[in-house]
Amino acid sequence: MSVEHEAAVEVTDLTVAFGEKPVLWDVDLEVPQGTLMAVVGPNGAGKTTLIRAILGLVKPAAGQALVHGRPYAEQRRRVAYVPQRGSVDWDFPTSVLDVVLMGRYGKLGWVRRPGSDDRAAAREALEQVGMTELAGRQISQLSGGQQQRVFLARALVQHADVYFMDEPFQGVDATTERAIVELLRELRSRGKTVVAVHHDLQTVPEYFDQVTLLNVRRIASGPVAEAFTEENLRRTYGGRAAVFGRNGA
Amino acid sequence: MLDLFDDYTLRTVALGSAALGLTSGALGTFAVLRRQSLLGDAISHAALPGVAIAFLLTGSKAPLVLVAGAAVAGFLGTLVVMSVVRTTRVKYDTALGIVLSVFFGFGLVLLTFIQRRPDASQAGLDRFLFGQAAGLLQRDLVTMAVLGGIALGTMLLVWKELKLLAFDPDYGASLGFPIRALDVLMTSLLVVAIVIGLQTVGVVLMAAMVIAPFAAARQWTDRLGVAAGLAGLFGALAGVVGSVISSQTERLPTGPTIVLCATAMVVVSLVAAGRRGLLWRELRGRRDRRKLRLAAVLADLLELERQHPDAHRGHSAAVLSVMSGGAKPSLEELERRGQVKRLGDDAWELTDAGRELAQR
Repeated sequence: MSVEHEAAVEVTDLTVAFGEKPVLWDVDLEVPQGTLMAVVGPNGAGKTTLIRAILGLVKPAAGQALVHGRPYAEQRRRVAYVPQRGSVDWDFPTSVLDVVLMGRYGKLGWVRRPGSDDRAAAREALEQVGMTELAGRQISQLSGGQQQRVFLARALVQHADVYFMDEPFQGVDATTERAIVELLRELRSRGKTVVAVHHDLQTVPEYFDQVTLLNVRRIASGPVAEAFTEENLRRTYGGRAAVFGRNGA
Repeated sequence: MLDLFDDYTLRTVALGSAALGLTSGALGTFAVLRRQSLLGDAISHAALPGVAIAFLLTGSKAPLVLVAGAAVAGFLGTLVVMSVVRTTRVKYDTALGIVLSVFFGFGLVLLTFIQRRPDASQAGLDRFLFGQAAGLLQRDLVTMAVLGGIALGTMLLVWKELKLLAFDPDYGASLGFPIRALDVLMTSLLVVAIVIGLQTVGVVLMAAMVIAPFAAARQWTDRLGVAAGLAGLFGALAGVVGSVISSQTERLPTGPTIVLCATAMVVVSLVAAGRRGLLWRELRGRRDRRKLRLAAVLADLLELERQHPDAHRGHSAAVLSVMSGGAKPSLEELERRGQVKRLGDDAWELTDAGRELAQR
């Protein structure tokens, strides 16, 4: 698949404030289609807020976000969201397959229940993340890595073009981490675009093509080779020495 | 017991309590899963002034009038909670506490005021405090059944959306569902579930009918649909049993009796329910420990056999007890299973089957 130079995501002048405190300030961003972009920055830099603002989950004070050239609200069917694993209660009484089926709810619309083709799609997505045998399992019995895979499967089943992931590698085992990397590459090879909040600076060059360094303002954004420089990292993390340690934040 | 239900009044009481228990139990599922148990408490307490004001304005005690008053006040209470949380730095639980006590206090003042009035028409409003099933009439029953039916029907209709709201509202919003509107809908359903039970259970304890049935049901299942169904069933059962007991006993308030029934179900479920139950966990623990002990004794015997290949006199329980403690009962159990054989009074040896098992 050739890399097209159309922007899958285009953010302009995005500003978000909670109360009087700006969380994101005048952020511009362009994610080329068919690339994997990491969003990195220290804690409180607004990484999660950036994704949530693009998805319309928080209301920006200014600015806009376009997905494939149109506002997000018009492009919902082309976008999938993978929230932080810790954002839900995993003791909720439901099964793995049921959670993955939620990815079909948007297409189904109101009232209609998922049918056999939805279930087939959900099983296929579970296969992609290597969780076929666990389809019937109660979600409270999953490990952290398995929980993350369930969330990924739920996004895959949306058959979207652009995927927003909030810390997909957070607290997962090595096997899951490799599986997720494989999955990201597979998505890219099919021309999909991924924007992922990421914490581990060491793996950025290996896992991603593009990177955005964020600390309330956008410090730098572009191909890893150009944007992921020591100078930019210093500006993002405030010159802290441990920039290249794990979880550099 | 059967001819109890021939009694017309009693049948009304039982049916009404079943309707309220079913509705509050099933809808309580979503309330509890969304961690809104205390919202239920605030709604029911906040409903009291609504009942009083509805009566003051209309002079009527028709169920629909009082229930409507309760619903408006209960809903107003939740609106106040939400706007307090949004506009001030007061936290959610504090806001609930404020609304609960202020509305309830105001309701008590109004009730006292109404009772001081000279005419006798006010009699019976105080039943809204602790509930009174005996006073249920046919028209109450119809109101409860229709409202409860509408609430349950709505819940089933938007089941999938409510599940999304309860499990992962942000994700639901990203899919394009109007989560704020769903939240309001769910709260409205909860308000309905609560107000139809107020006359029977009372504002003070109604929240228990939202919380307890699901708490019991959750112990038996890991599936949302089954949990909601069971919660409805438990709620109905508690309602019927509690209200019948109280209406057969003089001066036994209905609300507390129903709530005690529901509580009993929670306790029984906690102890006895399937894989989650405390009882089964204990039994399973014992079984596992016994299995381990048996395996240990087999392994020890095998070890002895290897160390003393020529000894055919067997080994005593005392020796084995030194190796892994309390071997005698385990040996006897293993003998019953044909995995060891007794050579003398206290001399034991592996059978072929036992040896095979031990080698694994």
